[in-house]
Amino acid sequence: MNSTATSPVSEATQPLLALRGLEKRFSLSGDFLEQLQFKGGKLVRHQEHVHAINGVDLEIQRGEALCVVGESGCGKSTVARTVMGLITPSAGEVHYAGQRIDDLSTKQLLPYRRRMQMIFQNPYASLNPRMTIQQTLEEPIRLHHPDWTAQRIKDKVNEVMLSVGIDPDWGPRYGHEFSGGQRQRIAIARALAVDPEFIVADEPISALDVSIQAQVLNLLMEAQQRHNLTYLFITHDLAVVEHFGTRVAVMYLGRVCEVAPTATLFARPRHPYTQALMSAIPRLEDDRPQHIRLKGEVPTPVHLPSGCVFHGRCPHADTRCREEVPALIATDDGGQVACHAVEEGRI
Amino acid sequence: MTTLTTRPASRWERFRDSFLLYSFKRDLIAQLSLLVFILLVAAAVLAPWLAPMNPYDLAQIDILASELPPFWVDGSDPTYLMGTDAQGRDLLSTILYGARVSLIIGFGAVALQATLGICFGLLAGYLGGRVDAFLMRLADIQLSFSTLMVAIVVGALFKAIFGGGTFSDYAVPLLVLIIGLAEWPQYARTVRASVLAEKGKEYVDAARVMGLPSRRIMFRHILPNTLSPIFVISTVQVANAIISEAALSFLGLGMPETQPSLGSLIKSGFDYLQSGSWWITLIPGLVLVVLVLVINLLGDWLRDVLNPRLYKG
Repeated sequence: MNSTATSPVSEATQPLLALRGLEKRFSLSGDFLEQLQFKGGKLVRHQEHVHAINGVDLEIQRGEALCVVGESGCGKSTVARTVMGLITPSAGEVHYAGQRIDDLSTKQLLPYRRRMQMIFQNPYASLNPRMTIQQTLEEPIRLHHPDWTAQRIKDKVNEVMLSVGIDPDWGPRYGHEFSGGQRQRIAIARALAVDPEFIVADEPISALDVSIQAQVLNLLMEAQQRHNLTYLFITHDLAVVEHFGTRVAVMYLGRVCEVAPTATLFARPRHPYTQALMSAIPRLEDDRPQHIRLKGEVPTPVHLPSGCVFHGRCPHADTRCREEVPALIATDDGGQVACHAVEEGRI
Repeated sequence: MTTLTTRPASRWERFRDSFLLYSFKRDLIAQLSLLVFILLVAAAVLAPWLAPMNPYDLAQIDILASELPPFWVDGSDPTYLMGTDAQGRDLLSTILYGARVSLIIGFGAVALQATLGICFGLLAGYLGGRVDAFLMRLADIQLSFSTLMVAIVVGALFKAIFGGGTFSDYAVPLLVLIIGLAEWPQYARTVRASVLAEKGKEYVDAARVMGLPSRRIMFRHILPNTLSPIFVISTVQVANAIISEAALSFLGLGMPETQPSLGSLIKSGFDYLQSGSWWITLIPGLVLVVLVLVINLLGDWLRDVLNPRLYKG
């Protein structure tokens, strides 16, 4: 898993994106003065953090669509934003096409900005309300191709607008004149305008009407085929995952607990949490009491449990689970799972 | 998907259909205020052509015609419609020229405040962290000095170093500088608050993901979305700056007697109030009150229109 960074591998075979031991903590304690507290007659500095992601290892291969699923607050979006450099990680590394990118300056990052783009969750907030669609779409092209003529930029904007099903004549309109689905198409057009090879999509359809969701999803899949795109797709909709993803990563409390090809994961989930998650998908023939009911709540990410983050709610947990953090290990069916019980063959 | 075949609205059509114009047409007070404001500004700007005499030209001043009352009082001279002041200057002309000075200082000071405040507010809000802490503490310190105190110190220093004559030559830019420097935190705080709200929106993330430099994100993406509150405080600040200038002039720290603003006119007449020449103070005072009142009324109207809680646009 970690050997690719050191061994000389050609660009084609190494993963497009690799996250190694990625961690992100957000401080809850405010600035230095607010951290000072009196405890037992002594002035001590007290800091608290939300551990949004704690050691995420992931690799994304060229041409695949890796879906990241998990419940609210498990760190999916933080992973997406860290990959795009919107958040600097507290620890760990982000490698893009073999090059470490998380410690680059804004200027050094610019060539990568053209290759990786992002689509956001809320199309009502992701378009600048004071800019026309034309301006919104021209801006990234102008930035990344300063030598292009005005006509060439215009042609490119027309081309991407057509490719997402937006009439190029609507260019002089503002974002608020469009519906949610249309806005998300425009946001996709903005991401496609610079011809990226990798797109991070942070719940791109969860803010849309159900009737529009399929349209936008199909648009994303079409774009993937046409431009040979690689996706990191954040979602909590398992039906979408089954339809869209090549592989799936399941996250719980800031850790990846299972990565597997989509069909394998849906057919045979290995991690106890994945099993519970899969059993929660409502089905038409749902007459058998086959739900796995998890006890309790997700622990707070401020005080992480020791050992496996899932041990408090896991029916298979033993003392080793309470003490030792499980690492991702390869399974026989092409996936990876972070579970002592699976490793020991207890489940 | 439906097809829209209508052509997009032009800027003028947008304005014509806007809520701003709609509410303006329905608000009598706003219309009256704007009318009075435009009249006052026009009169002030056109003072050299409108005024019967030039109060800066000593040759036109007749000291024997000093302290003449306005036309409706006995003993008035029909050449001086609003009477004359203690130096024999025609009061109407002096008020027109004075209003011009007051407005120049008011708008100039607000332009300076806005430039400083917007830049500092954007930097503080967008960059956050230490820059934010530093700039906001600076704003707190600035606010803890009143405008008057800053003016007294700067004015006294300037007079001591360069002498009173130089001070009168540079009084207008100096007052703009003093009032502008003293009040920038108002802008910085308002802009910072709006920037903090806008910064969390996804279009800013989208701009960052695109790789745009921070400066462009701040001025091209965030600033246009914080303009409404800036407009509103600008109106209030113009009125405040005019009042500040009047107060400074009244205390003798502002415009000199030779090129009076409304404030220094009020002050020069104040000495003669007891001797019965009330018009020298009262008439410029009224003009000042009306000017500030209409600006504030316009500001109130603008705030009501642009307030997102009352109207979501």
